[in-house]
Amino acid sequence: MSDPVSALKNASDSTGIVQISEVGPAGMITLRGDLADKALIKAAVAAGGVNLPEQRRINTEGDRGMAWMSPDELLILCPYAEAKDRTADLAAAVAGQFALAVNVSDARVVFELKGPHARDVMAKLAPVDLHPSAFTPGMFRRTRLAQVAAALWMPQEDCFRIVCFRSVAQYVFDLLNVSAMPGSEVNYYG
Amino acid sequence: MLNIHCPNCGVTAEETEFHAHGEAHLTRFGPGASDDDFESYLFMRANPKGVHFERWRHQNGCGKWFHMARCTMTLEIFGTYSAQTTEPPQDILDRIRARRPDWNPHP
Ligand SMILES: [Zn+2]
Repeated sequence: MSDPVSALKNASDSTGIVQISEVGPAGMITLRGDLADKALIKAAVAAGGVNLPEQRRINTEGDRGMAWMSPDELLILCPYAEAKDRTADLAAAVAGQFALAVNVSDARVVFELKGPHARDVMAKLAPVDLHPSAFTPGMFRRTRLAQVAAALWMPQEDCFRIVCFRSVAQYVFDLLNVSAMPGSEVNYYG
Repeated sequence: MLNIHCPNCGVTAEETEFHAHGEAHLTRFGPGASDDDFESYLFMRANPKGVHFERWRHQNGCGKWFHMARCTMTLEIFGTYSAQTTEPPQDILDRIRARRPDWNPHP
């Protein structure tokens, strides 16, 4: 067995106005199929360990979670070591249906932003209204960060988690660092 | 800058989260079609100044396709609707006619 290595080996930076860290390796499973199908929902809930999220939302409990990605796609979060078995269980549970479960843990990277300026740092990069009245913990938003696709949510106030493709991990880490450069406070969201 | 509503995931976002993919509701001609039909399907586009129906994709979002009716001159968006249709739905046509009473879909 080889040890899993996350894209940036848990790089972090706290020299800017928020704390940036690469969190991982993290378990991530993509499930595509009919989200109205009861058997599929049951299998997803068993794999995710949380309830099915509503449209554009995420349910989390510690390392576990489930995010609504699109009308036929869920992203299941779990500890890295469990992703393989959970994917196999999920694939078996939806076998024969028009559905697909894939372990994408090594294809993605997860970042965390922490600090009172987190909303401002994030808002510089994404075309999303991140005002506290518009974006709150529990919401899940797929969007772009500068030039690449990403998904983001707030596990709690003053904290963002970001998922993007592993191939652009360094680019996104650099983006976040530039956006959090010392002295670059916007103080718009507080 | 267009502000676009995605009918698939319900997000309203500015256009950089989306990607345009050209004229909508083309009739597809494939193997066995006449050269003229195939040429027209492949290359000939309406390109109107005014009301236009387009295919769009929520590229940096839910990833799904949809249709949009908009004015190429004023950039007004009349509405977005499902990709799973071969013609604009009545409510979109009604909205266009309310805003463009002289609009003629087949000039
Ligand atoms: Zn969408």
